Amino acid sequence: MERAPGCPFDPAPELRRWQAEEPVRQVRLWNGTTAWVFTRYDDQRALLADPRISSDAHQPGFPHSLPSTKAIKQEGRILVSLDNPDHDEMRRLLTRDFTIRAVEAKRPRTQEIVDDRIDAMLRAGASTGNTADLVADLALPVPSLVICELLGVPPSDQAFFQERSETVVSASSTEQETGTALMELKSYLGGLADQKAREPGDDLISRLARFREEGRLSPSEVEITGMFLLAAGHETTANMIALGTLALLRNPSQLEEIRDGADPALVANAVEELLRYLHTPHSGRTRVALEDIEVAGRTVRAGEGLITASNICDRDPSKFPDHPDTLDIHRANARHHTAFGFGIHQCLGAPLARMELQVVFSTLFRRIPTLRLDAALDDLPFKIDRFVYGVKKLPVAW
Amino acid sequence: MRIHVDKDKCITAGHCVLVAPEVFDQDEDGVVELLDDAPPERLRAAIDEAAGLCPAALIRIEG
Repeated sequence: MERAPGCPFDPAPELRRWQAEEPVRQVRLWNGTTAWVFTRYDDQRALLADPRISSDAHQPGFPHSLPSTKAIKQEGRILVSLDNPDHDEMRRLLTRDFTIRAVEAKRPRTQEIVDDRIDAMLRAGASTGNTADLVADLALPVPSLVICELLGVPPSDQAFFQERSETVVSASSTEQETGTALMELKSYLGGLADQKAREPGDDLISRLARFREEGRLSPSEVEITGMFLLAAGHETTANMIALGTLALLRNPSQLEEIRDGADPALVANAVEELLRYLHTPHSGRTRVALEDIEVAGRTVRAGEGLITASNICDRDPSKFPDHPDTLDIHRANARHHTAFGFGIHQCLGAPLARMELQVVFSTLFRRIPTLRLDAALDDLPFKIDRFVYGVKKLPVAW
Repeated sequence: MRIHVDKDKCITAGHCVLVAPEVFDQDEDGVVELLDDAPPERLRAAIDEAAGLCPAALIRIEG
């Protein structure tokens, strides 16, 4: 859906109209199928927690937002497409690395990664008149390196891994380049699992390798799971780093509060508000009804597809009454956003993403206090037609 | 006030730990642990918020 010119941070204007006038309506999708679209916060919340909803992408009425998501969701047993009890069983194999404690333990190393990337950006930028592309120099590398640490990719392999995962995410890669990079990553992860089966470390691939030895995961599930975690955690976080920086540059008094204050609670709330306001997974949450469901006075019949337009839900004045379309890092209920979804599929990586974003935003403006945008807002290449919203390049200067 | 949690439903999101750390913790696998099933009244607002944030709706407040 097209965003309004000059308003790159706001959801498409139709969504706002639907939210106000027709909060439950049917739409025709790219492949001719129809689905119900929900645009109010409370309706989304009720639906995503309702046990009569399925995430199984193989169900006939399942609404696929894009051709690429159809391909991914129908590939193998991935977490996002499982219903209970299978979902919880698979999720529990992965949760150990995403607990609040486990994520906090990664904070010092994440700080090092962010500082290293900023050092490199400053060094390289010195020879181009103190300019850089924040996407290439910070937004893409940081999450990819954090995922390397999480998976247990040895330092000697990190450049290989990073290059390929950036190729997959980059909007300028051809389909062939993306395909090759994906295959190389998948094959690499399989090999890494073999290595970790022999010499386990304290990392996620070692744990998956052990589950493989125990017969709880097939070899292909180990590779698919590794790929899925990478896919889920790279572009999403990278886009938040880039767009969050842009949003703060456009809200300088709030940027200054973050830059000059030493309050981790403020930074944490700012991250929640950026997640609410930017809401990068802008293609909505897709489900299919298993039984008839009454919602907002309408009946969704069993087998019909549903999409909750989660980005406009996070701008719903009934939930966020105080200037919902404005960034406010002091918003008291910012953490009630649904940028990570809701219900059993709420993002597994959310604690890790939050921590990364807290480290980035509490560091970047302090390290580069004169950071500014080096392009006109209207000239920035926004990723409007990718599954996750973002910007392809963010020219900055200092 | 008595708090009940249904551990089987827990998806380990951890919101409860972040908003009401005196009442909720996570085990090694991230599953909710109730530190105090009869917490003081002053924690009601935080526990209400935890219950609202819980994506699995597994926190129940009685009384």
